[in-house]
Amino acid sequence: MANINMTPVKTPMPHQDPKVRARNFQEVALGYTEEMAIGEAKRCLNCKHRPCVSGCPVNVRIPDFIAKVAEGDFEGAYQVITDTNALPAISGRVCPQESQCESKCVRGIKGEPVAIGRLERFVADWHRTHAAEKIAKPQSNGHKVAVVGSGPSSLTCASDLAKLGYQVTVFEAFHVAGGVLVYGIPEFRLPKAIVQSEVDKLKAMGVEIMTNMVIGKVLSIDELMEEMGFEAVFIGTGAGLPRFMNIPGEGLAGVCSANEYLTRINLMKAYLEDYDTPVLKSKAVAVVGGGNVAMDACRCAQRLGAEKVYIVYRRGEAEMPARNEEIEHAKEEGIEFMNLCNPVEILGGVDENGKPTGRVAGCRCIRMELGEPDESGRRSPVEVPGSEFVLDVDTVVMALGTSPNPLIRSTTPGLETNRRGCLVVGEDTVSTTREGVFAGGDAVTGAATVIKAMGAGKKAAAAIDKYIQNK
Amino acid sequence: MFKIVKKEMLNPTICLLEIEAPFVARKAQPGQFIILRIDEKGERLPLTIGGYDREKGTVTIIFQLVGLTTQALAKMEVGDALLDFVGPLGKATELEGVKSACVIGGGLGTAIAYPVAKGFHDAGVETDVIVGFRNKDLVILEEEFKQACDNFYLMTDDGSYGEQGFTTAKEKQLLEAGKRYDVIIAIGPVPMMKFVVKTAQPYGVPCKVSLNPIMIDGTGMCGGCRVTVGGKMKFACVDGPEFDGYEVDFDELINRNNTYRDQERETEHSHMCRFDKLGQDLIK
Repeated sequence: MANINMTPVKTPMPHQDPKVRARNFQEVALGYTEEMAIGEAKRCLNCKHRPCVSGCPVNVRIPDFIAKVAEGDFEGAYQVITDTNALPAISGRVCPQESQCESKCVRGIKGEPVAIGRLERFVADWHRTHAAEKIAKPQSNGHKVAVVGSGPSSLTCASDLAKLGYQVTVFEAFHVAGGVLVYGIPEFRLPKAIVQSEVDKLKAMGVEIMTNMVIGKVLSIDELMEEMGFEAVFIGTGAGLPRFMNIPGEGLAGVCSANEYLTRINLMKAYLEDYDTPVLKSKAVAVVGGGNVAMDACRCAQRLGAEKVYIVYRRGEAEMPARNEEIEHAKEEGIEFMNLCNPVEILGGVDENGKPTGRVAGCRCIRMELGEPDESGRRSPVEVPGSEFVLDVDTVVMALGTSPNPLIRSTTPGLETNRRGCLVVGEDTVSTTREGVFAGGDAVTGAATVIKAMGAGKKAAAAIDKYIQNK
Repeated sequence: MFKIVKKEMLNPTICLLEIEAPFVARKAQPGQFIILRIDEKGERLPLTIGGYDREKGTVTIIFQLVGLTTQALAKMEVGDALLDFVGPLGKATELEGVKSACVIGGGLGTAIAYPVAKGFHDAGVETDVIVGFRNKDLVILEEEFKQACDNFYLMTDDGSYGEQGFTTAKEKQLLEAGKRYDVIIAIGPVPMMKFVVKTAQPYGVPCKVSLNPIMIDGTGMCGGCRVTVGGKMKFACVDGPEFDGYEVDFDELINRNNTYRDQERETEHSHMCRFDKLGQDLIK
């Protein structure tokens, strides 16, 4: 390999200027050009032991696709990726590569790893805009499988099963398919047209998508299997009920969950003038939490015109579960990080006559410090006595994670859940306690990442295939 | 798409639509709700189910023209179709173990009280119904109710029809006269429900209320519909919409329901412009 690019740092990703993008919902990262992609691909050493692949939950053959990019064979690269990853335009944008594939990259030892995520995104985008794809509808094998939910695990599972010839029907509770990819992750991080094009691909492969179908209510799992002839069911219903803090003032107008806030904005397009859904119009917003959802919520608040947006997080920045890139982007856009702080009370306002307004007028917080490591190994935050202060905000968004949705487990006999309400799965990580019913994604693990959900959807598709073929 | 097969204005501000929605009609039960969306740019509007016909595969919704979506909805006609219609959501009214019930409906809540009363009556429960309206012109479903209960009491605030007074006056009168129920179910404006519960309290009669808070997904995902019940946070969409009236924090609910009130007033104007334009485009 004579042609290796020995630059120690990644080819920079072109971005919208932070000042400009903090006021619009267009995509932040603009994507590599062909030249940039080829240059970056040439940084790959094509290591024999391929450590990066072991860091990928869906085992993309990373060095192989990068080699194709280096040759300028972008379509070839796309074929390599989609052998194992049905949704590269999505994972290339939202994967936490720094803790997965890129964390294992040999180039990362002295310098920065190869920008695997950016290359994956480039390849997927190139394919979408250049290749006139004619999707062949696979030969049907006559078996019917139901997929419940249409987020990353479900879309992956449906895609893999459809490729094997299964007749797949996806049931989605909302009016549009995509799950967290459409209601949760904002347009500026993952354009909805990309999700739609993936859903359209599934449809072209013969997958039927039924929206407005709340399984557990409209139809039960039993009805799907016994009356509608589905031989197996995959449950990929996501994480569900948002958590709150149980502190005084959470019932005030102006307090909402990140799920509600983001759904109004992303799914219902409340940020666009001609859509009807209202959203809180805020001057100053506190978003409580330190994950990707918290970053999405605070950056949405900024884009909706808030003058001041805070992240309030009880641990330090090093402990934040959000992707590094999201934290960096949020900072560049002017979000103020109040780390090692925790809300203790949300304060209501009073009008000129001293009457309570019932709306948020501030958030009383307390400083925290990190104590001894807890069971998880993370140092647990403890309150610093006497350090309380009031953050001047009119909106508080809780981004504290979720607990699993009870709709399916409460209507499906034989489906066991653990003490946290997550579906119990067998050693293969995808078989539930009910025969013919498989599950994956946040419904099993609790809140996790898009790519882990995709990995589970993939595993489940293989397990469902095995189950039906051996029946 | 979900086609409108029947439309009726029950009074100048309350509209009834019967919608083709076979999946919803198959499972619907009294006390449950649906969420609809008129068109691509519309909001998701939760409405309690007003009736259903399993054979025809239709569901009836009854709504008051209060906000932008309900006004747009009332402009639609038979043959038009809604883009989205999902349900049945929430838990059904608990009928088991109930031998006698009093269903109290106020204003629009009366429409939602109807399937609940009918559900009880059809199940052989001794059912009293008290409904209240501001005046005679606003009275709805009188004949339907008479067929769906044992004793029917109609109240108007101004006495222009039925008896004069609030529903709670009749409730108190009945309880005072020694009437007892296994359950009183109140459906209507939040302040009315609050006072139905207060009225029942001295007599120790169990009270349920049907709540209709702010909501988006209706499946427990957004938490917009959270209410404090017995000091604990509950989600009306999955834990309700009916709750023990003695435990509900009504004041918090009233306050939270006003979250978007000012904004809706503002947008109503621009919204109606959009719908008028839509109408004009169609005419063209």
